[in-house]
Amino acid sequence: MIHLTRKLLSGITLAAMLGIATVSTQAATLHMAWSQDATGLDPHKQTAFSSLRLLELIYEPLVRVDASLQIIPAIATSWEFSKDGKALTFKLDPKAKFQDGTAVTSADVKASFERILDEKTGAAARANFLSIASIDTPDAATVVFHLSQPDVPILTAMSDVNAAIVPASEIKAGSIGTKAVGSGPFKLDKWDPNAKEVLSANKDWAGGATGVDGIEISVLPDEAAILAAMRTKQIDFALLNDPLVATLVPKEPSLQLNREPVLSYHVLQLNPSRKPMTELKVRQAISCAIDRQEVLDTASLGEGKVTGPLTIPAMATDPSQLFCYKRDVEKAKKLMAEAGFADGFSATVIGATGEPPTAAAEAQVIQSQLAEIGVKLDIKMMELNVYVDAWLKGDFDMAIALNGGRADPYTMYNRYWTKAGNLQKVANYIDDTLDSLMQKGRAETDPAKRKVIFAEFEKHLAEVSPWIWLYTSYSYTAQQKNIAGFVPTPTGTLFSLSKVTIQQ
Amino acid sequence: MNYLMRRLTAFPLVLLGVSILVFVAIRMVPGDSITAMLGTEAGLLTPAQRDSLAAYFGIDQPWFVQYWRWIGGILHGNLGISVTYGRPVLDVILEHFPLTLELAVLSMIIALIVGLPAGIFAATHNEKPSDLGVRIVAMVGQSTPSFVLGLLIIYTLSAGFGVLPAMGEFAPLWQDPLRNLSQLILPAITLGFAFAASVTRISRSAMLDVLSDDYVRTARSKGASARSVIWRHALPNALIPVVTLSGIEFGYLLGGAVIVEQIYALPGLGRMVLDAIQQRDYALVQGSVLFIALNFMIVNLLVDLAYVALDPRIRLGEQ
Repeated sequence: MIHLTRKLLSGITLAAMLGIATVSTQAATLHMAWSQDATGLDPHKQTAFSSLRLLELIYEPLVRVDASLQIIPAIATSWEFSKDGKALTFKLDPKAKFQDGTAVTSADVKASFERILDEKTGAAARANFLSIASIDTPDAATVVFHLSQPDVPILTAMSDVNAAIVPASEIKAGSIGTKAVGSGPFKLDKWDPNAKEVLSANKDWAGGATGVDGIEISVLPDEAAILAAMRTKQIDFALLNDPLVATLVPKEPSLQLNREPVLSYHVLQLNPSRKPMTELKVRQAISCAIDRQEVLDTASLGEGKVTGPLTIPAMATDPSQLFCYKRDVEKAKKLMAEAGFADGFSATVIGATGEPPTAAAEAQVIQSQLAEIGVKLDIKMMELNVYVDAWLKGDFDMAIALNGGRADPYTMYNRYWTKAGNLQKVANYIDDTLDSLMQKGRAETDPAKRKVIFAEFEKHLAEVSPWIWLYTSYSYTAQQKNIAGFVPTPTGTLFSLSKVTIQQ
Repeated sequence: MNYLMRRLTAFPLVLLGVSILVFVAIRMVPGDSITAMLGTEAGLLTPAQRDSLAAYFGIDQPWFVQYWRWIGGILHGNLGISVTYGRPVLDVILEHFPLTLELAVLSMIIALIVGLPAGIFAATHNEKPSDLGVRIVAMVGQSTPSFVLGLLIIYTLSAGFGVLPAMGEFAPLWQDPLRNLSQLILPAITLGFAFAASVTRISRSAMLDVLSDDYVRTARSKGASARSVIWRHALPNALIPVVTLSGIEFGYLLGGAVIVEQIYALPGLGRMVLDAIQQRDYALVQGSVLFIALNFMIVNLLVDLAYVALDPRIRLGEQ
């Protein structure tokens, strides 16, 4: 009897909970916070993390990647490479509509890509689309990209919001960047730079109904203040950068921390055009002298994991198998002696203040580790823009960097490790093996074979050690426990906010 | 009057100097609007892409052409367009200024209400334990960094009493005065605490000086009450250094209290300028620095005029 009552009671509780759950999913605004605001609204030009995260909620690309980085439909419902790999055909979703009510047609796709390719635009992702020779639009729902050479990674590049489809009419009017008219789940009602964004649900979104009526994003520059606001329930959801703040979140009973390994990587960039980093053995000695796990543990409280060059989960190999991923000071000293630097040398390492927040700490750990093989590092921390300027000119001996990742290894690294790479003057190292493996990986359509090619690429890159890859960190989002349905992904996208609901 | 005119005519000259300084300084810093927007991705731009972005940001001309254009605009009351806000610089500044002004006024009120009486009290209780107590508190107040105090206040007060920072939902004074005050009171206390500490210290030492002067002894010997000696005879003379200090502090605060605005997420002038520098929004940086310089000059002028009111012996500019 008692048993039965209990069952009955729990049944009633469950029903009640379900009831509450269904009632509460309507009419709600998600209050969100981040410490750095978007810097602009032109989806083709923005590269700042916050800008991309905001624009992903407003604009849509042809395709998207899911949490495991597989390509899934967005504006396009299906796509296909031709046999020779030189034509890529998309079928568009007939329900897809821009927020001004007009349908998304093949003409908009063509105009968007022409805008990206036009040098006058200054589009950030242009370099990824240079293989596009022409674009055909046989009908309003079909787009064919003709490529000058087989280019498999182009599909992943198209999943980026930097390749968003914008209305042809807005391009003509010259209003991209001042007005945000996308086809995504939310409309931008108000943007007050460095203060707040107000988004409302797009009722006509082809992806279905959103879970909340709107999102209000507040810019709270101090992350400790974000945490305070979450404690008092003013904020439902927040992006956090600083691992120090993130690790405090689980201590609050009402809050939940989501952590997800990201594609971007912390790296010590050596400059192989400067002596003595021109010597392979010196670079290898540096690689052997660095204890990556200690860098991670000390600078980032162990929040992250040691990585090789490939951070993409489907492509990554076991980093412990890579060259000198287990610290070996004796080997390092021997290599230094062989290169003629038994007494070590002095060099300067640059870093950007606060970007990432761990930069200075990483530099200090590396400084003490390299001191053991006689390398005297002078640490120079700079304001971000000053750092970017020096970095782009390749004007450094060594640089602590947090470099962005992409869902495809070719798109991620062709800028550095191909002979024609736009950032060769930053990388300052290339050899035939790297270049030919990249070209092979670009043309190969079979995923299993691609994995083998890029594993070889990774092994070789770690061996020639132009850079010392350290670790990938987590992206952190903090949320109240009554927020349901958020899916963190390695790209850091907040797109799943479109299906998030607020439970009572 | 003559003096006032002379001071006012110097304004444009000083502003011209400031304009050249800020114009050159911000351009001497490496990095430009393009790297600020694109970060390291700027390295992927082709020269043609770069040129077209430079034209968009108005940094395609040589610097003297840019300067000439900018100064020409100012003479017509046009400070240029902010590239981040997409609106005229003057509008953006005027939108952020009221908050900064209010914060400065509030913290000055707090500083004077707390600091002056504390300073006078300490001076009249010179070298007694109570004087020592005031001096210790003032020392702590002056040496506590505002980010420490601000975070402490947020953590204790917001969690314990529900008094909350603005959280991006800032309410202007004329729309919702009560909510506005509740949002500004914590930042004002944070700023006012250190400000009050300096007022306390300077008013104490000024008061001590004056109290040892002959005329105070004369007043005392003529039988004036202790209260009358302090408030009627000593205080007006002790106020001059306090006015100087408050004027300078107030002038600084009008330039925005960057750290406090940052911690409390207040959309004030300080944070706006900081963001503008980081985003290399040249027009906005230049415009707001000029604006801040103008404010500082006006405050300085008012301070000088206040001297005359306080001490009729001072005749400005008439030797």
